[in-house]
Amino acid sequence: MEILMAFVIGILFMSATYLMLSKSLLRIIVGTGLLSHGAHLLILTMGGLKRGAAPILGGNEESYTDPLPQALILTAIVISFGVTAFFLVLAYRSYQELGTDNIEEMRGTEKDD
Amino acid sequence: MTNLIILPILIPLFTGVILIFLNKRITAQRVVATISSIGTIIAAGLTVQKVRTDGIQSLNVSSWDAPFGITLVSDMFSALLVLTTSLLAFVCLIYSFKSIGEEREKYYFYAVFNFLLVGVNGAFSTGDIFNLFVFFEVMLMSSYVLLVLGGTKIQLRESIKYLLVNVISSALFVIAVAYLYSVVGTLNMAHISARINEISVNGMPGILSVIAVLFLIVFGLKGAIFPLYFWMPGSYYAPPAPVLALFGALLTKVGVYSITRTYTLFFYHDMDTFGLLSILAILSIVFGVIGAIAYWDIKNIIIYNIIVAVGVILFGISILNTASVTGAVYYLIHDMIIKAALFLLIGIVISITGTSNLRNISGLITRYPGLSWTFFIAALALAGIPPLSGFVGKLLIVQGGVEAESFIGAFITLMSSLLVLFSVMKIFINGFWGKDRRYRGEAKAPVKQLLIAPAILVVISALYGIGSESILPYITQAADTLLDPNIYINAVLKE
Repeated sequence: MEILMAFVIGILFMSATYLMLSKSLLRIIVGTGLLSHGAHLLILTMGGLKRGAAPILGGNEESYTDPLPQALILTAIVISFGVTAFFLVLAYRSYQELGTDNIEEMRGTEKDD
Repeated sequence: MTNLIILPILIPLFTGVILIFLNKRITAQRVVATISSIGTIIAAGLTVQKVRTDGIQSLNVSSWDAPFGITLVSDMFSALLVLTTSLLAFVCLIYSFKSIGEEREKYYFYAVFNFLLVGVNGAFSTGDIFNLFVFFEVMLMSSYVLLVLGGTKIQLRESIKYLLVNVISSALFVIAVAYLYSVVGTLNMAHISARINEISVNGMPGILSVIAVLFLIVFGLKGAIFPLYFWMPGSYYAPPAPVLALFGALLTKVGVYSITRTYTLFFYHDMDTFGLLSILAILSIVFGVIGAIAYWDIKNIIIYNIIVAVGVILFGISILNTASVTGAVYYLIHDMIIKAALFLLIGIVISITGTSNLRNISGLITRYPGLSWTFFIAALALAGIPPLSGFVGKLLIVQGGVEAESFIGAFITLMSSLLVLFSVMKIFINGFWGKDRRYRGEAKAPVKQLLIAPAILVVISALYGIGSESILPYITQAADTLLDPNIYINAVLKE
């Protein structure tokens, strides 16, 4: 199962890298989304995939799942959600202001303004 | 166990929330922000004293015992940095009253300013590696807003690049934490250190070296070391002076702090990674100096000087002996103060002249002697002319380098002082001497009021240099904890 997850994460990172290397801003944002998905799955896999009961002591279960990676993923998802929302608004605003969503046309220094 | 160490995080947090509701009432905002800023300085100062007398302070949030819950830890290193941050925040705040403009003030500038401090102070005082990530994100989110606030074309354009770089580095941070968790099975920094110590009896396992380099990439992107500083000159060019001062003085130093913390606490078994850090630090000095000398734009000159300073500090850390680490801690605090002062000073120059191109500026000393001489002293302090504050730190770093027989690094650090001096004297000679000129919009610049803030910083910097003898016990205590991780581990895990 871990091997399968490793492939899934690899494919996510691969697609994210491909998308982030493109010129359209929207594709780049989708790329960052995929990148953070890959990272979140990686936390889950790194904690060890195992079946078990909820980690509450006192029951008679043989094994418990590790709650920590889940807590980490939850936090990381919220953060990447917020950053992606901000990024989308920023992209829209700069499209209005700069009149382009092509990263190639956004290079340059202050001297052009 | 003390609640004191969480105050520098909580005070700006609540202030930020209150300021959101006061957004149209500028005077009220200023008063609240000033009071809270002074309160933070007092809390941070008390923390420093507390750590000085009672040793490392830790706080287990929600009373979950140390390795299980989130722990806040204040050793001397982080306490001093929190104090410096609070001081700089106060100074940048009073500078922005006169310079930031009503539009920004109405659109939550002060609120976001305070949230930035939450992130920075939190990153300095947390003792949990994942919590460090969370505070990084708080800090970055605020920095995105501060960078883009105002919405000019250059700000929007540079914000996109800055955001993209940091989103990628955040993803790498999460990945690095995940790998580290899979190896050691804990997130508490003291506990991680203890466990790495257990598994590294025959040298550090290879996977940990990989994680060390991953951390170096993540924090190096924030801290702008070679070759990861590529985003910085562009992004830092965009925002107005007080924001630039905060970014230049605080954000990169958070990266430097994190490298120092993780390398001295986790990865001290493997000197190869320290060798890599040392090489990158030396290259940062070299490339930073080249940039600082090459540009004719005053903003860019100071921005490239950030890279030089980061290189010098990390060179000191990478040597890892008593003299060099003491010097690095000393130099880190010096650099935060003096960089903020320089950015605020060139902010005044830009507000007088309306340009940052050195070729269009000259003769400022005729009508602005106060500004000119403050800049002159700040420039000398930056280069490390005794008795100003840069000297002691650099001396100790060079001494440590020579003791460790790392002659190339020590030599380059020494040479960089001369070239840094040249790069800022270039501003002084061309911009302040020469023929007096008239500039458009010059009369509007409130130079006298603006000059208060950087003058405070230059005075602090001078006192820091002259009184280095009495400050040294604090710095030594910080360096001792960095050099001996057991002090840190025992203080956090024993309670």
